[in-house]
Amino acid sequence: MTRYFRQFRSSLLCAALSALAFTLGGCGGGEKRGAQERDALRPDGAPKMVFRVGNGTEPQDIDGQTVTGFPEHKIIMALSEGLLGQDPRSLEPVPGMAERWDVSADGLTYTFHLREGLKWSDGSPLLASEIVDSFRRLLSPKLAANYAYLVYNFVAGAKDYYEGRLSDFAQVGFAAPDERTFVVRLKNPTPYLPKIIAGHSSWWPVPVKVIAQYGPVEEKRTPWTRVGHFVGNGPFRLKEWSPNQRIVVERNPHYWDAKTVKLDEIHFYATDDIAADERLFRTGKLDLTDGLPNSKIPSYARDHPELLRRDPLLALYFYRVNVTRPPLNDKRIRRALALAIDRESLVRNVTRGGEQPAYAVSYPGTAGYFPEAQLSGSLEEARALLAEAGYPEGRGLPKIELLYNTSENHRAIAEAVQQMWKTQLGVEVELVNQEWKVYLDRQSTGDYTLLRGGWVADYIDPHVFLEIWETGNGNNNTGWGSPEYDRLLHAALAAQNDEERYRYYQQMDAILIDELPIIPVHYYVKKVLLSPRVKGYYPTLIDIHPYKYISIENAQ
Amino acid sequence: MTRFILSRALQIVVVLWVIITATFFMIRFVPGGPFTAEKAVTPEVLRNLEAHYGLDQPLWRQYLDYMGKLVLHGDLGPSFKYASRSVNEIIADKLPVSLELGGLSLGIALALGLPLGVVAAVRRNRFADYLCSSVAMIGICVPTFVLGPLFVLFFAIKLGWVNASGWYGPTDRVLPALTLGLVYAAYIARLTRGGMLEVLGQDYIRTAQAKGASAARILRVHALRGGLLPVVSFLGPAIAGILTGSFVIETIFQIPGLGREFVQSAFNRDYTLVLGTVILYATLIVTLNLAVDLAQVWLNPRRKFE
Repeated sequence: MTRYFRQFRSSLLCAALSALAFTLGGCGGGEKRGAQERDALRPDGAPKMVFRVGNGTEPQDIDGQTVTGFPEHKIIMALSEGLLGQDPRSLEPVPGMAERWDVSADGLTYTFHLREGLKWSDGSPLLASEIVDSFRRLLSPKLAANYAYLVYNFVAGAKDYYEGRLSDFAQVGFAAPDERTFVVRLKNPTPYLPKIIAGHSSWWPVPVKVIAQYGPVEEKRTPWTRVGHFVGNGPFRLKEWSPNQRIVVERNPHYWDAKTVKLDEIHFYATDDIAADERLFRTGKLDLTDGLPNSKIPSYARDHPELLRRDPLLALYFYRVNVTRPPLNDKRIRRALALAIDRESLVRNVTRGGEQPAYAVSYPGTAGYFPEAQLSGSLEEARALLAEAGYPEGRGLPKIELLYNTSENHRAIAEAVQQMWKTQLGVEVELVNQEWKVYLDRQSTGDYTLLRGGWVADYIDPHVFLEIWETGNGNNNTGWGSPEYDRLLHAALAAQNDEERYRYYQQMDAILIDELPIIPVHYYVKKVLLSPRVKGYYPTLIDIHPYKYISIENAQ
Repeated sequence: MTRFILSRALQIVVVLWVIITATFFMIRFVPGGPFTAEKAVTPEVLRNLEAHYGLDQPLWRQYLDYMGKLVLHGDLGPSFKYASRSVNEIIADKLPVSLELGGLSLGIALALGLPLGVVAAVRRNRFADYLCSSVAMIGICVPTFVLGPLFVLFFAIKLGWVNASGWYGPTDRVLPALTLGLVYAAYIARLTRGGMLEVLGQDYIRTAQAKGASAARILRVHALRGGLLPVVSFLGPAIAGILTGSFVIETIFQIPGLGREFVQSAFNRDYTLVLGTVILYATLIVTLNLAVDLAQVWLNPRRKFE
């Protein structure tokens, strides 16, 4: 018996000792740390200028043609560049790979003149024909790129190629007449297209000849995006990728505008938890967080307003209505509900992040567009509408189910709205929450009566908020449609200038506010913590901040 | 004993097969899929995506394909979310991190929990017992998502001794291992106390006392072995859980471990990653349970292999 115990005791001791040794010894991390400190200096001995960013969840990949999320986009922005770039303040298209571009009189042909001596990050020349190859990969049905439609919706012949009806890529509207000229032919005039070309990575080139070294070009699973393999054409190049920890990019000496780039490195930290982000920021290990928990806003606003950024975001918070389901198929009831929401009180008392109440679908001030039609009316009007629809003071109206995806913030808003509808109109609402993908599934199958919705713009143009309400649009999901609305949308695209185009948009916004397939609630605000040492970071409405203009004051 | 192990191994194979099959079909019947997104893809794109990942095949075909690759090559397939990574690669990347964190936490848990439990049992209903039991009770009651941020607030933000999060140097291991270890230490302390109390009331302890053995000797030689039985049965599933990572700890401290993948994969409907992590977790649990059974026979003379 003693023998057993001695064995047991000694093994216990052993385990405890080895655990201790493990803790103390780490994994030879001491040397690593020394190397990290040396790494913090430039060759001339000056401290490196490093921008440390909380970047949200771990990126799916950094292949600009296959990824879909925003964290991915923020990294790819550093590693790649399109034919056009973005102005750091307005995000208006500016010269990128192309030093200038012409649009034909009919608005259908864009000719881009590439810079001389354009290079990939491995130093090899970047040719116009490679840009064509890049689009061939994007549109390949085998690659199945999620955002292929952002190209094939606009470019002549591209949809036929994507769906396999056309096998000759030469008939698709991309051409490289010589190695410094790239031409795109469109199906329809698309006045806002330069904003997409500048801002969306599906329009940016990938190095097809490099990808081919690591497997079939049209296969998602090749390791071409790993460190040592990845080649891009942006202001930075890939240096380190530790999954679920961080991605480090460093200045790309082959970038055409390398002299404008001020940062030596950007460290993108994979952070799922904005509360952890905030703690890291407080210890001085981050210069920019991915977000900020609502509960932290009041204390930062009071004690450290210099760190808190609350920038308006081109994003709408709304309630989506299934207009095919009674009783909300009656637009009088929709209007009564929309009027009975006290948006001022909601943003002041519930969301509390400086959000703006929304009385229209389009965001006032989107690229110079201000929707004129505004939701306005008194509570008396709301009650009268409800009575007119046959439900005076809500009597006889069946309970309406309001579905939202599980989240503290959505619940708080839904509860406030539920209370407003009950006290002002006598309308009973039942709140139901579902996990994210279940909620999305019910949205896309129309299995709801009233559903929380959000829409975030990818580029700054009023078209963003208006196109999705076209009859049968994959993101409409309300069952609502109007031939007049659809006609206006197409007329707007054919407009000769923005003034004429915006006149159509005004009519479309008026239709939406009259019909109310969605009930606007508020416009979002992007809340982050930003170190005051960071310069060249401007509020841009879509939370995009081109890195080549950013610098750090007094880098340590 | 060989026969016992062999028959248990056979059971394990059957159990794993049932788990894999049930998971495979259950995850498919959950609403939403890997490509469900707020900005819907067009139907044409969705069709091509499904073809790319073989989701256009009938479900039974996909099941047979999956099982075939799994059994013949140990291939867990490509991840749906991380486009260029395979599930095998993700597990190989993340498991060592979780093993390291888990090993450290377990060391802390045993080093603190066992002595606390023994002291509490020996000094039953005296001050030392109340102290140890209260500490253990607090450890059980305070959840890791409260303890973790409190530690960060104190040691990282106020004192600046360690980083608030990350997994780079050896000091980054301290707070997460301590947070996770303390919770398990609390459970182990309570189980040890209970087990020891039961054993200390047994006849053979009285016999040992009558024979004039010293208190220390009784404790070491006679009581501890039996008293640890409940701890050992707890350790089987606990080790499996602690080694495959903790979602909460990994999220609070931004640790690149498997626990985050395990939970996130279900939210992402990353079918293959869900299956891969479930298979790993299930395999660990069943083998560790077998190890626990073996250890119990070894510790408890009244039990035999059967």
